[in-house]
Amino acid sequence: MSQVERESRREERRVTLNLMRNLTLREIRAQYKRTFLGRVWSLINPLAQIAVYSIVFGLLFQLPVAPGTNSGLEVFPLWIGVGVIVWGFISGSVAAGMSSMLDNAGLLTKVYFPRSVLPVSSVLSSSFNFGIELLVLLAVMALVGGPLVLLYAPLLVPLLVLTFAFVLGISMVLSVASIYFRDLRHLWSIFSQVWMYASGVLFSVELVRERQEAFAADGVDLPLVAIFQANPAERFIEAYRNILYDFAVPTWDIWVTLLIWSAASLIVGKLVFDRLARDIVEEI
Amino acid sequence: MTAAVDVDHVSKSFRVYRDRNQSIKQTLLSGRRAVYDRFEALKDVSFEVPEGSTFGLLGRNGSGKSTLLKCMARILNPDSGSITTRGRVAAMLEVGSGFHPELSGRENVYLNGSILGMTRQELDRKFDQIVAFSGVERFIDQPVKNYSSGMYVRLGFSVAIHVEPDVLLVDEVLAVGDMEFQEKCMDKFAQFRREGRTVIVVSHGIEQMRTFCDHAAWLDNGVLQDVGVASDIVDEYADSGHAVTAGPGGGVRHGSGEVQFTRLSLVDEHGDEVSEARAGAPATFRLSFEASERIERPVFGVQLHTVDGMHLWSLHGRDSGFVPEAVERGSGSVDVRVEHLPFAPGAYTISATAQDEHRTHMYDSLQHAGHFTVLGGGFRTSGGMLALDGSLLDLRQG
Ligand SMILES: Nc1ncnc2c1ncn2[C@@H]1O[C@H](COP(=O)(O)OP(=O)(O)OP(=O)(O)O)[C@@H](O)[C@H]1O
Ligand SMILES: [Mg+2]
Repeated sequence: MSQVERESRREERRVTLNLMRNLTLREIRAQYKRTFLGRVWSLINPLAQIAVYSIVFGLLFQLPVAPGTNSGLEVFPLWIGVGVIVWGFISGSVAAGMSSMLDNAGLLTKVYFPRSVLPVSSVLSSSFNFGIELLVLLAVMALVGGPLVLLYAPLLVPLLVLTFAFVLGISMVLSVASIYFRDLRHLWSIFSQVWMYASGVLFSVELVRERQEAFAADGVDLPLVAIFQANPAERFIEAYRNILYDFAVPTWDIWVTLLIWSAASLIVGKLVFDRLARDIVEEI
Repeated sequence: MTAAVDVDHVSKSFRVYRDRNQSIKQTLLSGRRAVYDRFEALKDVSFEVPEGSTFGLLGRNGSGKSTLLKCMARILNPDSGSITTRGRVAAMLEVGSGFHPELSGRENVYLNGSILGMTRQELDRKFDQIVAFSGVERFIDQPVKNYSSGMYVRLGFSVAIHVEPDVLLVDEVLAVGDMEFQEKCMDKFAQFRREGRTVIVVSHGIEQMRTFCDHAAWLDNGVLQDVGVASDIVDEYADSGHAVTAGPGGGVRHGSGEVQFTRLSLVDEHGDEVSEARAGAPATFRLSFEASERIERPVFGVQLHTVDGMHLWSLHGRDSGFVPEAVERGSGSVDVRVEHLPFAPGAYTISATAQDEHRTHMYDSLQHAGHFTVLGGGFRTSGGMLALDGSLLDLRQG
């Protein structure tokens, strides 16, 4: 490879990073430029969800939730709150990421740039919002449960990176797939409803374990807990709850599981994307 | 001389869908995603664009010019072959260069600029220049979806040239801008040329291409016909455009041929063919034709020229309020009546055209196939082309 080629590679990388930054900032800015009411609205949505779920599942159903390991917290709305916000990020950023190609069809057909910039910057801007929500959550936890949580807070950084990679991989696959299949966005919103219930946003693993034991008492051996925990979203939410609700370090097997899921998602995402995005312009 | 763009055996085909399922539901129901044919838009095209040249791409609609430009801009990937470009490439492809309709002009300039490789600082520095060149200052903070197509192009083009690309690709955009903007662009291209940058343009403005480009390539149906010095290529292309054949009476004809003129002549009041008319006297021109099928609402036209080719007069049916419902299959004729022929004595030719109702399609055009002579008559002339109903009179003094 010649000097010239190496230099043009470097130039291209610079342009790509610059573009990614601009697109991300554009989206973040667009969200913050929204009207006051719009801004409040976007806060109301998770708050309303937390309130409704707390009343239904906490108050009416009295779902069992183990008290926070180190924090001793027994505040159901906070426990639900972590789940709602983490799940909101996973499903919301995939939904936004998968639309990123179709929404920018005008750009794709008129200018060249590495196509992956679109889903990446979409997920980046969702992550930025998620980061802010995590900070708010952290502040609330510190107020209610004591400052101990701040000791574990730095763990959120690697966890956020893993979540980002996991979500990005899925978004990349779906962003090109949704160009071939236009109803994919619709299907995703249905699927993500189902996935939410399967991910223990609203009830804890205790409930699943109780059922499993009840079945076992009847002589039926069903590995319900294992199945429940095979769901990567459940593992992610669990890890965030470990840190923010229990004030504890997630166990190493959680870390390993998350690492494997994230790496797999990202690798598959990139492979599929590179293969399909090449001629995507002709399909738009 | 090195090549700014090297097109090496490039082929590109598209899928042309006959049955396409764009949803999972339909795909599952019909059991397949799509049925398609391949359409070859570029077939083994090779040429080099010399560095610093202004290079024109010519060809009829659908000949693959835009496809080739998109391959150069890396928006499309060739199926086989390769395209190598040197330096920074900026493209202005068709209307709009990838603007986001909801964003304001300002935001789009920044977004587009960064896509084309400008840094934030570079953009800050050049922003005013970009807006000034585009001339859309007043609308710069409005969403671009409210722009007129000309404004859209002006802003996009302005960004593209301020990127200071080494290779600038321009597709048909000049046609949308107004005169003033076109001139501005021409100046800018000239400046690019002085600075040794390469410009590749697609345009249907043949004359513009001739004066403006130094090299050109001509594509037809995805096949490279010729490449070389612009004026030669433009001539070749222009000649090929009208498949001209020899017609009766030494005339030349072109057109699709559903109607063909058989004879263009001057006739007297009895309908007999004559070869002479008198200046100022009535004259009737008969356009005889043969229709190979029924043609609805044809528009006939006549043109008179001097023998050395000066165009004197034309009239067609639309302007004369004469558009017959149809001509049937078979032969026929149309007469053109002039009450007082105001031509000076001399030799003239008759040409005729038959077009569709909207005058967008040419059935037949038979040029210079009829001949007649004008002799001195009631209208006198001492020189010039015309003989008018004039006289000298009325001397006044004191
Ligand atoms: N995405 C696509 N899918 C299918 N066919 C395509 C696609 N893009 C272009 N084509 C076909 O390829 C051929 C060449 O198109 P192209 O746009 O390159 O023509 P052009 O020379 O630019 O014509 P014009 O002078 O009208 O701009 C056309 O027949 C067109 O229908
Ligand atoms: Mg074109």
